[in-house]
Amino acid sequence: MLSKRIIPCLDVRDGKLTKGIKFKGNVDIGDPVDAAREYYEQGADEIVFYDITASSEGRDIMIDVVRRVAETIFIPFSVGGGIRTVEDMRRVILAGAEKISVNSEAVNNPPLIGEGARAFGSQCVVLGMDVKKVVKSPKTPSGYEVVIHGGRKYTGIDALWWAKKAEELGVGEICLNSIDADGTQEGYEIELTSLIATGVRIPVIASGGAGEPEHLADVLTRGHADAALIASMVHYRTHTIPEIKSYLDAQGVKTRMQW
Amino acid sequence: MIAIVDYRAGNITSVQRALQYLGEPCEVTNDPAMLRAASRIIFPGVGAAGEAMANLRAGRLDTIIAEEVRAGKPVLGICLGTQVIFEYSEENDNTACLGIVPGRVKRFPADLRDNGRLLKIPHMGWNQVAFRRSHPVFQGLPEGAEFYFVHSYYPAPDDEQWGIGWTDYGIRFCAAIARKNLVAVQFHPEKSGAPGLKILANFCRWGGEDAQ
Repeated sequence: MLSKRIIPCLDVRDGKLTKGIKFKGNVDIGDPVDAAREYYEQGADEIVFYDITASSEGRDIMIDVVRRVAETIFIPFSVGGGIRTVEDMRRVILAGAEKISVNSEAVNNPPLIGEGARAFGSQCVVLGMDVKKVVKSPKTPSGYEVVIHGGRKYTGIDALWWAKKAEELGVGEICLNSIDADGTQEGYEIELTSLIATGVRIPVIASGGAGEPEHLADVLTRGHADAALIASMVHYRTHTIPEIKSYLDAQGVKTRMQW
Repeated sequence: MIAIVDYRAGNITSVQRALQYLGEPCEVTNDPAMLRAASRIIFPGVGAAGEAMANLRAGRLDTIIAEEVRAGKPVLGICLGTQVIFEYSEENDNTACLGIVPGRVKRFPADLRDNGRLLKIPHMGWNQVAFRRSHPVFQGLPEGAEFYFVHSYYPAPDDEQWGIGWTDYGIRFCAAIARKNLVAVQFHPEKSGAPGLKILANFCRWGGEDAQ
């Protein structure tokens, strides 16, 4: 059967990791290519890069990072952040990324999803969704609202409705981030993840709140997620990917154990 | 030199990067003369069968690939490249394909389930392949190795003997085919870490003989 995927997420600005990552001998790594290689060797099933660069010069640096990552690791990786046009997608994909992800850009311009899917195939287009828990209302019947611009702007769009709409428009996968759980390291938002993961037929990656291996086991079983995004818990070496996978294996959650 | 067939079917540079990493000289090409001159051919691809076949025919690559397989050259199909090797695909309202291997390509049933739970389509992610016999291209893989898949359609060869590797996803489907000098895989060896690179390295050294 299909394995559940464990996916480290790396934030990049102007071609550098925004937070150093501690690895062998406690060396701090600031180069995204080195970090990607380390996680590849540790058994990451995929890698997500989130580019928070603002300038166009920074974007060119990111394309070079993507090219060097593609020459170094031989697992799928995706790149998100500031992708507004099919041309932006093309540059990243031709540089070697398997997938691109769109978030605020897709909310502001939904046809972008279909244009990307037609140009490169649905499997290349990931919808990034930032979601906050709200009071259930006629506008947000699921009790979850889509927020954009890093959680600063409420859109009035119901999260479950948007997930289904994006599936219809052609996204191949959803990366679902709970703004409420993000950064807490106290566990994923299980209720939200389960709602979206069982509400669509495409794979859902759970994001936000991972601190302990138990959190992954929980979101991959009760939360019905197909994959789990992790950041601080591995970046600061509190845990390692092989350790997380061994724990999941002992809990009966199947992941890729040979690499 | 290894020729990687370029027929505008998705981004195929990842195959080229993997071969470069392995130190194998290769060329991405749609030039018939170059495909004929190559020592081996890799036939990759991502996308839909209908458009792929139209592109292959427009470039006369359909006949070249069939001829080179018949001539005994080692050929490796990957993903969509594997699918269009069959007689036809259910994709795009039944697309007539190359017909090099008797059989067809089917869509995963809408009601695909595992233990009662509805499974996601496409089949996306890492899964195991059970190999039924030994073969030079699939030798030296670790026990329980997994490979990266992304697909909604799967190959169904007429003769199950040609299916050398099988994978479970709600149903058991053929993930690897070996028939004389042709090997073809539904997964992406270029995105499957060390075991995938091992398959590519094996292919680069393979003379086209089958172990059977």
